[in-house]
Amino acid sequence: MTAPLLILTCLHCSRGGVPLLEDVSLTVHPGEAVVVRGPNGSGKTTLLRTIAGLQPMTSGGMLRDGESIAYVSHANGVKDTLTAAENLAFWAGLHGVDGVDAALDALSLGSLRNRRAQTLSAGQKRRLALARLLVTGRPLWLLDEPTDSLDEASVRLFVDLARTHLASGGAALVASHGDPGLDARVLDVAAFRPKGTDARFADEAFL
Amino acid sequence: MIRVVLRDLKLAVRAGGGFGLALAFFLIACVLVPFGVGPDSGRLASIAPGMLWVGALLACLLSLDRIFATDFEDGSLELLATAPLPLEALALSKSAAHWLTTGLPLSLVAPILALLLNLPSAAYGSLVLSLLIGTPTLSMIGTFGASLTVGLKRGGLLLSLLVLPLYVPTLIFGSEAVNRAAAGQGNATPLLLLALITLGSLAVLPFACAMTLRGNLR
Repeated sequence: MTAPLLILTCLHCSRGGVPLLEDVSLTVHPGEAVVVRGPNGSGKTTLLRTIAGLQPMTSGGMLRDGESIAYVSHANGVKDTLTAAENLAFWAGLHGVDGVDAALDALSLGSLRNRRAQTLSAGQKRRLALARLLVTGRPLWLLDEPTDSLDEASVRLFVDLARTHLASGGAALVASHGDPGLDARVLDVAAFRPKGTDARFADEAFL
Repeated sequence: MIRVVLRDLKLAVRAGGGFGLALAFFLIACVLVPFGVGPDSGRLASIAPGMLWVGALLACLLSLDRIFATDFEDGSLELLATAPLPLEALALSKSAAHWLTTGLPLSLVAPILALLLNLPSAAYGSLVLSLLIGTPTLSMIGTFGASLTVGLKRGGLLLSLLVLPLYVPTLIFGSEAVNRAAAGQGNATPLLLLALITLGSLAVLPFACAMTLRGNLR
């Protein structure tokens, strides 16, 4: 068995000082996908951001290589005044990976490569944000609502890409409300809601 | 790092990037001065070094709030924070790109504006040199200010209040270097002090920027 890409042990995290998740334990091996589920505000994004290293965990243990993570947030991180190809080429260069054209073609953006990103539709921009994953060359994908504003064909395109990525030894953590169509384990973050009354009603107690 | 600089330069020259804005502001501010203080050439010559430096400083300020704000809004900053580039290097690249789009062109056109303000021609060389040495600090301190205010709505105003007091030493030594040259004195001391401030801020502030960015991205 190959080494896991991510191990969380009793991870606690909070958002803006409010504890959101307690005792999250999770191990993700290469080739595995985990779908993170939960109602609005339950901490899906917070969990992904914590794993990505964008915010500190409150307590617990986390084992992962920061250099193995490719994060796609709600925002696309696409520069409007650059063309689709220029946007990708920047990230490819930063990660030292080739394959801008291949990534564009993989998300059927090839014909839009020289269009300014500001003229792309919301779904096309989302596809561009997903194409960035392919030019990072990183194994652990952290995806926050990846299929936001994608049409059915694009969702299938994305699922195929994700399957290829898993088959080649990658892993993915996908926060999603819908069913992305990956045969994936489900991590319901609602189960990790803080149990202590202090934690839950800290705001009220403070007031 | 080079890639970030190149990307920022490309974004600056594309539509809405704001390249040339600082330059135009500098031009207009310096052209306005004679209207305000009158056309007396002696008086203009005596205030020229200070006016040119204040003009350059304010022009630098114009584009500071965009250094991180646009990247923060479209989500690129989070992605850059997870990229292989350390945040310290990102801060340094960002301020380098800012300097290349404001400080460098300002320094190069300064002699033309000095002509309008009747600065003694002996001081032209010192003016350009002092700006070339001093403006990198303005960009670096400004980048630090931008990293402090990233994520704030209307952070630009707060940024100016934070950054302007920190610009005071640069302004004093920069205009003093030009003043002395205009009066025909040696100006090695203010230029060296200016270089000291620049090197100091380039050495220390990228780390401070990275820390504040990490805090603000939470």
